[in-house]
Amino acid sequence: MRDEPLGDLAATFALLSLIAIGGANAVMPDIERQSVEVHRWLTPQGFADLFALAQAAPGPNVMIASLVGYHVAGLAGLLVATLAICGPSCLLAYGLAGVVQRYRASPWLKAVRSGLAPLAVGLIAASGLVMARSVDRDLLHGLVTVATAGFTIWTTRNPLWALAAGGAAAGIAAAL
Amino acid sequence: MQDEAEAKSAPPITPLQLFLAFGKAGLCGFGGVAPWAHRILVEERRWLDDKAYAELLGLGQILPGPNVVNLSIMFGRRVAGPAGALAAFAGLMGPPLVVLVAIGSLYQSYGGHPTVQAVLGGMSAAAAGLVLGMAVKLARKLEAGPLLAGAGVLAFLGAGVLRWPLILVVLGLAPLAIAAARRRHTP
Repeated sequence: MRDEPLGDLAATFALLSLIAIGGANAVMPDIERQSVEVHRWLTPQGFADLFALAQAAPGPNVMIASLVGYHVAGLAGLLVATLAICGPSCLLAYGLAGVVQRYRASPWLKAVRSGLAPLAVGLIAASGLVMARSVDRDLLHGLVTVATAGFTIWTTRNPLWALAAGGAAAGIAAAL
Repeated sequence: MQDEAEAKSAPPITPLQLFLAFGKAGLCGFGGVAPWAHRILVEERRWLDDKAYAELLGLGQILPGPNVVNLSIMFGRRVAGPAGALAAFAGLMGPPLVVLVAIGSLYQSYGGHPTVQAVLGGMSAAAAGLVLGMAVKLARKLEAGPLLAGAGVLAFLGAGVLRWPLILVVLGLAPLAIAAARRRHTP
């Protein structure tokens, strides 16, 4: 490890923030490469453990960067890594929000907004499929996914019930 | 415009309300925050309709950075200025980070336990269903027309089935979808 881990964290994650088109999952391989191979903050197994923890905890997926920062330099590292991976893209989003407000009557901007909406929905569906493929190893998990999708579509009840039911079903099945 | 009509009829949204709403989305957001942001902003608080949510998420996706974080900044600024953007962002990231640090040591002690692993696996399977369900709900409300719906399907196939890099899918399809939307709105 070098003398300036906070500076390295800030520079590494700020750059990744600006290339993460499509979200945190788009740069997950880069986050791993930077953390394991380039800076040697973590072993491959250590990164896998942090990734599993970030998946197990609630919150945006980008928190994997926060965890790497925490591992490298404690709370200061967590704050620096979080602000670095969010800051540059947040500034762009903040600026774009202003532009959208100012030109909201422009037909081009309306086209941008209504054109991107179906892409957003397609990409959300794609991320759901990718998640399902990686976790649905057997019939039970597949059923949990399908049942939760149906629950979300046809009821307005709190989805925490579906998450709890899915966890309980898999836990009981494993214990039997 | 729809946004202006909404802004006139509804009372203003305060930064505190934004912090609480996005905080709830962050804390519930197991396996991804987007379905929870949709549920809370659209179905619970009724600050946005499905179409406006999808548009905001679309803008969040062509920008670099985490999509829902971008959405929180843009929505926060739109309804409550700089303080709103900051409050929405702090709500989305702050409470989950506190939880993450708090459970980190628990996870190191018990995370490898087979039952814990099984329960987390079941919750992940449910989380995938939550994301898919939200996509279906949004798709039904979009009224995109055949060309734009086709672009959405291509995005799904490219990113979900063929697993192309997201940046190629987004940057490749966005200009086509925008051009299609422009044609559609031109009389």
